[in-house]
Amino acid sequence: MFEEIGTNTEGDLIINVGPQHPATHGVLHLVLTLNGETIKKVEPHLGYIHRSIEKMCESLTYRQFIYVTSRMDYLSAHINNHACAISVEKGMQLEVPERAQVIRVIMDELTRIASHELWWGAMAMDIGAFTPFFHAFREREKINEIMEETCGARLTMNYYVPGGLMADLHPDFQKKVKEFIILFKKKIDEYDELVTGNIIFINRMKGVGLLSKEDAVSFGVTGPAGRGSGVSNDIRKLYPYAVYDKVQFEEILETGCDSLARYMVRIREMKQSILIIEQLIDNIPEGDFQAKTKAVLKLPKGEFYTRVETARGELGVYIVSEGGTTPYRIKFRSPGFSNLSALDKMARGSKLGDLVAMMGTLDLVIPDIDR
Amino acid sequence: MIIEMVIAGIAVIGLFAALGLVLVIMERRVAAWIQIRLGPNRVGPKGMLQSLADTVKLLVKEGMTPNGADKFLFNFAPFIAMMVAMLLMAPIAFAKDFQLWDMNIGVLYITAISSIMVISILMAGWASNNKYSLMGAMRSGAQIVSYELSAGLSILTIVVFTGSLNITDIITAQADGWWIFKGHIPVIISFVIFIIAVTAETNRAPFDLAEAESELTAGFHTEYSGMKFALFFLAEYINVFIVCAIGATLFLGGWMPFHIGHWEAFNQVMDYIPSSIWFFGKTFFLIFVIMWFRWTFPRLRIDQLLNLEWKYLLPISMFNLLLATAMAILGWHF
Repeated sequence: MFEEIGTNTEGDLIINVGPQHPATHGVLHLVLTLNGETIKKVEPHLGYIHRSIEKMCESLTYRQFIYVTSRMDYLSAHINNHACAISVEKGMQLEVPERAQVIRVIMDELTRIASHELWWGAMAMDIGAFTPFFHAFREREKINEIMEETCGARLTMNYYVPGGLMADLHPDFQKKVKEFIILFKKKIDEYDELVTGNIIFINRMKGVGLLSKEDAVSFGVTGPAGRGSGVSNDIRKLYPYAVYDKVQFEEILETGCDSLARYMVRIREMKQSILIIEQLIDNIPEGDFQAKTKAVLKLPKGEFYTRVETARGELGVYIVSEGGTTPYRIKFRSPGFSNLSALDKMARGSKLGDLVAMMGTLDLVIPDIDR
Repeated sequence: MIIEMVIAGIAVIGLFAALGLVLVIMERRVAAWIQIRLGPNRVGPKGMLQSLADTVKLLVKEGMTPNGADKFLFNFAPFIAMMVAMLLMAPIAFAKDFQLWDMNIGVLYITAISSIMVISILMAGWASNNKYSLMGAMRSGAQIVSYELSAGLSILTIVVFTGSLNITDIITAQADGWWIFKGHIPVIISFVIFIIAVTAETNRAPFDLAEAESELTAGFHTEYSGMKFALFFLAEYINVFIVCAIGATLFLGGWMPFHIGHWEAFNQVMDYIPSSIWFFGKTFFLIFVIMWFRWTFPRLRIDQLLNLEWKYLLPISMFNLLLATAMAILGWHF
């Protein structure tokens, strides 16, 4: 049993960080065992924002359940929806039109950029610099506007349906995305100037929160956090879905294993996402945006698993179907949950101030961890 | 005599309140400008009365004392913070011949009194009976005690050059040029060190470890609310003003106007600008620099903070003091 207040028998200070704490960006509860400023143990307590999304999905039809998943990792809503759409399409053996595939990839990458921008701002705020947050939000706003025009929402976007997209693109979409690309290329250098090159920032990040390659694999750390430890785990490259096998991009790998490496992975990933969008934005094929489907979808009896790369890592969707209109069981393998499990390993022996920096580089979204 | 003292007291309190309001609105405007937002713009003309409205809100707010707290120390700590800030006002020359107390050990008095500040922070942190507060207070204690050394040594450089601890003497010595211009490299080094050290001493970012809101929620004043919090808040800003005023006095000539060699006409024009404007102009320039730091840099870690002081600033400022002393003895400055 853990003690939640006071000190333990060894005289260590035990403090609760969260569930309401400015560092946790959500209702995460960490019980820290501290020796002075040095961390001896980190114990995450979950469940404060558990909404039983998996159970809810069991009573929703295959058309409906997709939209609940926008509320899991709300920063990569499109990518979550994509994973669910793919798994239903796989089960029904639906052929998705080329146009829908391309638009999905563009939307996914825009989501990734928006998510990484928010992370960048929040990360800088975690280590005490407030200004980057506002700069990041200025550019993120542009993406939000693009999303709002096409899918009508700014945060929990619902745009994908099994077999394609809910509606066609807004006529201004291509123009706006191109404008955004030009703007963002300038701004990303500004980000580097403001934060990446700062000596205090580098001192705070370098050699902090070490997570070896072996540990990253054994904790199941995926996404940019894993790639910062040199683990090649980009689902877009390893198991390409949609049109990711037709575009040129690099899988970003850093071997530093520390907070700085994880930071650099995300910064470089934003540039790769821009590269992907640039290749596709002028080549959106004409045609249907949706495959012809029946009003009521039914999956054959069986088990279907899909994995996609969200902004945080590997999202797995596992559907068990009994042949009805609703899934028998759904399980999501969320990236945040596994990434959080490595926090204790990373944080032991470092200072309290670094814990916040480490949590920042793991890019935790709490509703994704709790679901 | 008594009337004089009462007037001086009222003047200090009035200046205190006015400075607090001005500095808070200035900080928010500077922050907004750096962060591409508008900042307060609703209350009064261009939002200038926002901090007045905030003060009224804080005044009518309930002053809570947590259950487990040491009631006496908890309620006493904000007053010490305030008292220290008020006492520090005494030897500062706000304009020509305008000084509350022209004592012969002005600089020593300032360094001595400013050390008491740490007691109020430790008291607040300990009496709150909150672990975050305690950690904030401990960090702050280590930080202020360390950085006082560098701040003191860099002030000593000027004392060595001037040969006096009296604030008026120091200012008069700069009639033919501010120390930053005529003190050569040692004064420039000690000016930079002074700015870094006082930023740390006043617990401002990037050295705001005592409050570190992303780690310790609000550090030593987590449990404070209402007017008790406002006193800490005010004391912080007044301290920023005071250290900047000291910086302006020692390095930038206090109320002395800016003169260039033998450009008589130019010097005449400069003399027409009132000395109080020179003083406040220089002080607010330094305050702006410190605010600029706050909204640009990330926060240091506690061990890095102490490393910076003990491994870099302290040896450099000691060596610098030796150099300055040698120069003063050999008469190498003009």
